[in-house]
Amino acid sequence: MTAVGLPAPRRSSLDVVLRARELGIVLALAVLVAVTTISNPRFLSGQSIRDILLNTAILAVLAVGQAVVVITRNIDLSVGSVLGLSAFTVGTLLQNNNLPVILALLVGAGVGVVCGALNGVLVRYGNVPALVVTLGTLYVVRGVTYFWAGGSQINADELPSGFLNFGNATLIGIPYLVLLAVLVLVVTGVVLRSYRMGRELYAMGSSPQAARLAGIPVARRTIGAFVVSGGLAGLAGVLFAARFGTIDAAAGTGYELNVVAAVVVGGVAVFGGSGSVWGAALGALLLTTIGSALAVLEINQFWQQAIVGALILLAIGADRLVAARVAASLKKRGSHVS
Amino acid sequence: MSAELTATRASRFANWNVAIIAITVVVLIVAAATVDNFGTSENFGFLVLDVLPIAIIALPMTLVIVTGEIDLSVASTLGLSSAVMGYLWNQNQPIETIIPLCLLLGAVLGAVNGFFVTVLGLPSLAVTIGTLALYRGLAFVVLGDSAVADFPPSYTAWVTGTIGSTPIPNVLIIIVVLAIVFGVILHATPIGRAVFAVGASEQAARFAGVRPGRLKFWLYVASGLVSGLAGVLWTLRYSSARADNGAGLELAVVAAVLLGGVSIFGGKGALPGVIAGVVLLGSLQNALRLSDVSNEALNVVTGVLLIASVLGPNLANRLKGWKQ
Repeated sequence: MTAVGLPAPRRSSLDVVLRARELGIVLALAVLVAVTTISNPRFLSGQSIRDILLNTAILAVLAVGQAVVVITRNIDLSVGSVLGLSAFTVGTLLQNNNLPVILALLVGAGVGVVCGALNGVLVRYGNVPALVVTLGTLYVVRGVTYFWAGGSQINADELPSGFLNFGNATLIGIPYLVLLAVLVLVVTGVVLRSYRMGRELYAMGSSPQAARLAGIPVARRTIGAFVVSGGLAGLAGVLFAARFGTIDAAAGTGYELNVVAAVVVGGVAVFGGSGSVWGAALGALLLTTIGSALAVLEINQFWQQAIVGALILLAIGADRLVAARVAASLKKRGSHVS
Repeated sequence: MSAELTATRASRFANWNVAIIAITVVVLIVAAATVDNFGTSENFGFLVLDVLPIAIIALPMTLVIVTGEIDLSVASTLGLSSAVMGYLWNQNQPIETIIPLCLLLGAVLGAVNGFFVTVLGLPSLAVTIGTLALYRGLAFVVLGDSAVADFPPSYTAWVTGTIGSTPIPNVLIIIVVLAIVFGVILHATPIGRAVFAVGASEQAARFAGVRPGRLKFWLYVASGLVSGLAGVLWTLRYSSARADNGAGLELAVVAAVLLGGVSIFGGKGALPGVIAGVVLLGSLQNALRLSDVSNEALNVVTGVLLIASVLGPNLANRLKGWKQ
């Protein structure tokens, strides 16, 4: 159920609900920050905020790509492996080689686009469910990276200083990585909200059959969504390399779980058709902040994963309640028509 | 048209079942002939121990997937069961009470999944990704990153040992017994027919008198129970309880089940194919490892097999369509 093609009044009521959904995350975030800061004021220091934002940047870029795929009622589990392959490719390219940052970004995104296109083609033309395809490419891409890298590791002192600067330097106080993530978020968010292409993705997620009958180029859009997700995972690989400087074949292992968690917590329904990239990015921010807050509050770090799991269950449970209420109110309102 | 479609689909799946068993036999013969030490009785013991957790978890997973749901939390249930086993052993509890408790824990964790999926009606993919993180996180909360060893030698020796002086590993008994139990349930009882009916069309099954919610709930309990058992066996096999035991195993289990010809959309599949899928995956990995291919590079094989298992029948079907 989405706003696509529905008459104006329904659209606005749905908008309110969606906005409330994101408001929920913002509130959770505010409470978390307030409680943590009261117990330890250092939590709001410049360095701490900067670390949170930098870590969020990488997760948010991945979450934006994932949201685009999930909105079309698909899933991309290969993003962690694609991030690893891209990071290692870029690291190898720049190893003792002073190339411009923009080239690194393009190469990384290019690696991701190829992986994403492969996923998309297999899903669309191979007629294989996205869960199976991307589970497969999760293995394959990671295995390829291990074949290539073996046990070798690229260290920060082998990377050009310009590239490492990009990972740490700021522009008017804001790190480049964060600016890049915000740019990705805003462009994707606007395209999804206000452009035909974006609305078609929601339509496909709401009802694949109806979308096809309505003349939406489903094949092109499906592959396009996977290309976006892959490309952004590749981009995140470059950010990862610039931020940490040390890259081996295991880079990004298990990230897919955090990314899916961020998207689900951010209110993107796993069955497609609803949610927004803003929510996904907020989900990424919330998950990262929880990690930092646990450290500051001196709570056992081991609790983090359990909390992420509980949050996912809470989020889908809450979404279920909201969806049921919206459906009930739509039914009531539409009863005199049908 | 629909009857024809069902007929071709049914034969397609029967074909795939035969094909996967044939491929498995060919791989076993080729590996025995070309890979040194593959055919030895010692290696047979290792192979069985290596596939043990995948083999037993794949059985309830097959039933869950046939109903059209999925359970991605199995490896985390295994890990939590292992961590709790280590924790209780550290508290000087007798192993005779620990093992039943771990099995019970597995069943309870499965029931939690079942509650969210059937009572609250949430999508199983999202629920079990959530409990994947939750159960693994709890395992770390229970045991941290420490390891517990020194389990009683009589138990660890039984798990790694063989029946009498034969080369048949003891744990093969567990695999065979569970395979027969789940095989009979799926293919020879009303429960099994209900599983297929729910997977084909939940609404139609409900009209036919099946209660899909209750059925799925108990399948999740079974999945958790067997995963808890896998945790106990894993701990005893390596004589080491760790919170990260079995991490990532859920993917291998799903790969084995799909490789065995079970449709991810539910309603279709057979247990002999799944067992062939487990054996194929396990023996391929074993043979490649004996040929000094790195563990991580094996991932490529798993991934390609997983995609091929769904893509292969699809493409064959499409080619047939073009010819006609």
